[in-house]
Amino acid sequence: MSFINYSSREINCKIVYYGPGLCGKTTNLQFIFKKTNPEHRGKMISLATETERTLFFDFLPLSLGDIKGFKTRFHLYTVPGQIFYDASRKLILKGVDGIVFVADSQIERMDANIESFENMQTNLKEQSYDLANIPYVIQYNKRDLPNVVPLSELKKVLNVNGAPDFEAVAATGAGVFETLKAVVKLVLIELKKGT
Amino acid sequence: MPTSSLVMFEEEFKQITAIIDRLLKEANAKLVFLVDKDGQLIASSGETRDVDTTSLASLTAGNIAATGGLAKLIGEKEFSILFHEGEKDNLHISIVGQRVILVVIFDQRSSLGLVRLRVKKASEELNTIIQKLLHRVEAKPSAQENLLAEISDNDIDKLFH
Repeated sequence: MSFINYSSREINCKIVYYGPGLCGKTTNLQFIFKKTNPEHRGKMISLATETERTLFFDFLPLSLGDIKGFKTRFHLYTVPGQIFYDASRKLILKGVDGIVFVADSQIERMDANIESFENMQTNLKEQSYDLANIPYVIQYNKRDLPNVVPLSELKKVLNVNGAPDFEAVAATGAGVFETLKAVVKLVLIELKKGT
Repeated sequence: MPTSSLVMFEEEFKQITAIIDRLLKEANAKLVFLVDKDGQLIASSGETRDVDTTSLASLTAGNIAATGGLAKLIGEKEFSILFHEGEKDNLHISIVGQRVILVVIFDQRSSLGLVRLRVKKASEELNTIIQKLLHRVEAKPSAQENLLAEISDNDIDKLFH
C-alpha cells in the first residue's frame, strides 16, 4: 500500500512486475536502472540463483520528481516467474499499488502467459485484492523475435479488460519506459481517487 | 483493499523519532530503523550516511514476509523476533503491532540481552503511536484528500519530463 509521509513530504508506492518465467521482468528493471540518472534511483537488488534466475525478487527504488511539493518515490519489484516459486510471488504482491504484467510474445510461451495471468488473479484474490480495482498495464515483450503471436491475438487472450498495453523489446529498451509511465500514471490517479 | 495505506503526520513522526532515538542510546546500538511491512522506510536513527536505507527497508520487509510464510507453514502466526549474528554487526528484527518492523543494528558494545530488553519497552510505545496513526487515517482522511485531490493530470505528465 502507498505510504504518504506528511512529515518528510513523500509519497511512496509499490509496483510489481508479474509474468511467466524468462518473460523479461528483470530485464525491464535492468534497463530502467541503466537509463535512469543515478540521482533518481537507488541500488538495484537482485535475489537470484547462481544461474541468474530470480529466486525471491528484484528491487529498484526510483524517485520521479515532485508533485505539489511531495517527492514521489516508486519501489519496483519483480516476482520470480518460475512456477514452483508461487509462495514467494504471493509475498511480493502484498501491499502492491500497481502491476505490470509482462507477457512473452513467443508462440510457445502462450500457455505460460495464460497460466501466469490466472495465477496472478488467484494470488491477488487470496489477499482480498481484485484485479478490477488495481491499476495494471500489460506489456507484450520480445516483439523482435521471429515466432511471435500477432498483437491482436495477444490482446484477445490477455487483455479482455482493455488495460493499457504496450509492445516491447526489453533487451533493447523499446517500450520499457512507456510501460512504466503508464502504470505510474494509473497508480497516481488511483491514489487521488481512493482518498 | 486488504489494509489501509499508511499515512504519517508531523506530530506522530516526531514522537516516533524520539522513541527510536532513545532506543538507539539506551540499547547502545549503531542504527535503529522503523519499516513498514510493505518495505517503506518510516524513520531511522543513528549513523545512516553510509547505509543504503531504502534497500535495507525493502530487504527487511522481504525477510519478515518470508519468515512469516515459514511460520504459517508450521502452524505459527508469525515469528515476532528475528536475530542475525554477524562477525562484527548483528541485526535484531522485531514486529511491532503486526504492522511495522523495528530493526536494531548493534556491535560488541551492546548485547542481545540489552537490545531485547530495550526493544520490548520501545515496541510498546511505538505500537501505541502506530495504532493511533491508523485510527487517525481511518477517522479523518481530510488532510490526505486535500493533497491528492489537487494533483492534476498535468502534474503527473510533468514527472516524466
